[in-house]
Amino acid sequence: MCSTCGCGEADVRLTTLGGEGSTGHGHGHAHQHDHDHGDPDHHHVPVERDEELRTHTLELEVAVLAKNDGLAALNRDWLTERGITALNLMSSPGAGKTTLLERTIAAAGRPVTVIEGDQETLFDAERIRRAGARAVQVNTGAGCHLDAAMVSRALEELQPDRDSIVFIENVGNLVCPALFDLGEKRKVVVISVTEGDDKPLKYPHIFAAADLVVLNKTDLLPYVDFDPERLTRDARTINPGVQVLPLSATTGENFGAWLEWLY
Amino acid sequence: MHELAIAESVVSAVLERTDRHVSVVRLRVGQLSGVVPDALTFCFEIATVGTPLEGAVLEIEEQRGRAQCRSCGQEFSLDDAILLCPCGSADVELLAGRDLSVTSVEVA
Repeated sequence: MCSTCGCGEADVRLTTLGGEGSTGHGHGHAHQHDHDHGDPDHHHVPVERDEELRTHTLELEVAVLAKNDGLAALNRDWLTERGITALNLMSSPGAGKTTLLERTIAAAGRPVTVIEGDQETLFDAERIRRAGARAVQVNTGAGCHLDAAMVSRALEELQPDRDSIVFIENVGNLVCPALFDLGEKRKVVVISVTEGDDKPLKYPHIFAAADLVVLNKTDLLPYVDFDPERLTRDARTINPGVQVLPLSATTGENFGAWLEWLY
Repeated sequence: MHELAIAESVVSAVLERTDRHVSVVRLRVGQLSGVVPDALTFCFEIATVGTPLEGAVLEIEEQRGRAQCRSCGQEFSLDDAILLCPCGSADVELLAGRDLSVTSVEVA
């Protein structure tokens, strides 16, 4: 890893499916990166230590995620300039994010592209392509979340149309994605009724970050012990006023409310 | 395990400001930041290998969550992410607890 910019995510792989330009192009960076970080004096060589070995305190007061947040701000500017709405979908594995997207692609009145985050496989990008949209699969290897640098590379590869919607399907995980701004316009947490209604209090950080909570698989409510009111109440103790939108991505129940929220 | 990514971000944030040998890194970690100090300390050791921060001691100052109630005006501390004032109102503003910063380093 380059210790200055944190790049060199050796395990991260991008694969584009559908449409043109689907040949991979290796390690692209949306940010300038000729490895001098804008400073021709920056070299990856050990710096000679001061003759004087006395230590002294260097005050920094810098946000740990400043670099990610800076890249996220660049992504956000890039998207805004083009009238593109980017939404960051977060959930545990199996909550139905991809199914939600398949149905959304079929019903959306605007062009849709998708950035798919998973540790391994092209399964989700292939599903998106079959549903009729272009997708870039980001395989994070051991990584448990997407970050702004990965999304920057994916956007460069994807080249979404102006005024389109880009869905960023984060790695299935209710913990880590909460911390990383990607440059999205809104964060959507998808929770399904089969997961249990206790999740907001168990995983508060992700619910605190949500602009919308989609309660999926409502068609299975008769078969599981799940109280939608409890979920809503608990989500709002973490995130007052957050909207909870129940729907079934499989049957299409209440899907109109989701499309309405999108536009 | 996002603490590894956080630890790498700490290393990169420090190296942006100094390339000298670092012996101590001080962080302020809010209790509501979503970062577990023990896990971060573990990952910090791994993330610093081969950098001028290798072997540095990580000192974490934990910052308590603090909020103010918009209904009764009371300021109170929070131990978890549940935004509830002792008066029963959930209409509260978070004042502190999400911070995640490198405050200072000791350089040689």
